[in-house]
Amino acid sequence: MTQINVRVDGASYSDDVEPRTLLVHYLREQLGKVGTVVGCDTSNCGACTVHLDGESVKSCTVLAVQADGSEVTTIEGVADGATLHPVQKAFHEQHGLQCGYCTPGMIMASIDLLKNNPDPSEHEIREGIEGNLCRCTGYQNIVKAVQQAAGEMSSAGAHSVETTGAQA
Amino acid sequence: MIPASFAYARPTTVDEALQAIAAGGEDVKILAGGQSLIPVMRLRLAAPETVVDITRVTELRGVREDGDSLVIGAMTTHHDVITDPLIAQYGKLIAEATETVADPAVRHRGTFGGALVHADPAGDLPAVALALDAEFVIAGLGGARRTVPATEFFVDYLTTALADGELLVEVRVPKLGSDWGVRYEKFNRVAQAWSIVAVAAAVRREGSRITEARIGLTNMGSTPIRARAVEAALVGADVSLETVTAAAAQAAEGTEPSSDLNAQADYRQHLARVLTRRAVTAAAGL
Repeated sequence: MTQINVRVDGASYSDDVEPRTLLVHYLREQLGKVGTVVGCDTSNCGACTVHLDGESVKSCTVLAVQADGSEVTTIEGVADGATLHPVQKAFHEQHGLQCGYCTPGMIMASIDLLKNNPDPSEHEIREGIEGNLCRCTGYQNIVKAVQQAAGEMSSAGAHSVETTGAQA
Repeated sequence: MIPASFAYARPTTVDEALQAIAAGGEDVKILAGGQSLIPVMRLRLAAPETVVDITRVTELRGVREDGDSLVIGAMTTHHDVITDPLIAQYGKLIAEATETVADPAVRHRGTFGGALVHADPAGDLPAVALALDAEFVIAGLGGARRTVPATEFFVDYLTTALADGELLVEVRVPKLGSDWGVRYEKFNRVAQAWSIVAVAAAVRREGSRITEARIGLTNMGSTPIRARAVEAALVGADVSLETVTAAAAQAAEGTEPSSDLNAQADYRQHLARVLTRRAVTAAAGL
């Protein structure tokens, strides 16, 4: 067993894990973070996507020991209390899901995409979420949801820039 | 599935890594980005005795210039390659190919050196490295260093010139300046899939004439392949659709691609010709 220290969704944990433990299994089984799901188990579907030190990763393809000293954000850590993250809200409002299994990973991939590219084209959205499979929606409403979230997040960002400017 | 048990080492320097590899027993695997190794271990296609995780060997990350060369650290992630300013200036072919590797989450973990050492003939970077005449700098115990040219590095399916106990530390490629045009043309069936066939092309023009051409083929054999006949036909030729099309018709010469569920061998040869024409046409600015 190897001891790891990680922060997950803002809380610190210190745990003993076997080196072969996958990050997703650590999150689900040791920490109870079952919002992150296992889909294909072959790095293909992206359902298990989380952020490791701010970057999207497939948590079925990272060892828990590799997260030692790192910050992990799961779908359970993106809302602000009872207020949904703009991407969560947009998936809800645009019906960006049917069965919902891919949704945690889709949302984590989309947040990562918008961090790197706040105003993506439809093509860039489809490329940005290409590592996440949805077998229900045909992706149309997922793309619409990301577009809505991009609009809301950039207008919120523009507002805060204006505010800062006014204060200066 | 969960990987079989293994002993785990996490060195922070190249020397420590080499010692951990030497001490790891009969079956040691080096974990770079893990985006191929961890799936293979989960499927129990590999069950190493020891895993040496080099993700914290920070000296192996990053891209630097050395005269006419770019030097890419083996542990530079695909994401960092794509966003690197030196790569954007002198390594556009590498950037184009790397952008087609898997998906953004995999590119955050997967590494340049790891993809080359894995040497999957359907992987995108080996053909690019071969087309660029990359040099592989390999470290051994006791400070030993040797340099292997790309033509000798890729030995067979999933097999390179790397010996037991050695570690790829960096890869040197020539800088390609603004007189070069490049294109990575990839054919695959669905998003994030491996190449069924792909072509890496770099062409240098002087006026209306092609003065140098480098063409690498992905997944046209058990190793990446140089399309030498196409290169020879292009050098000295006037830049026109006719000459490019005639040269590209030789792209499959001497190749023995595999047949699988995605494509029969003759279809792969057809793809090589079509994709070479498209790649060279784009690289030559037609």
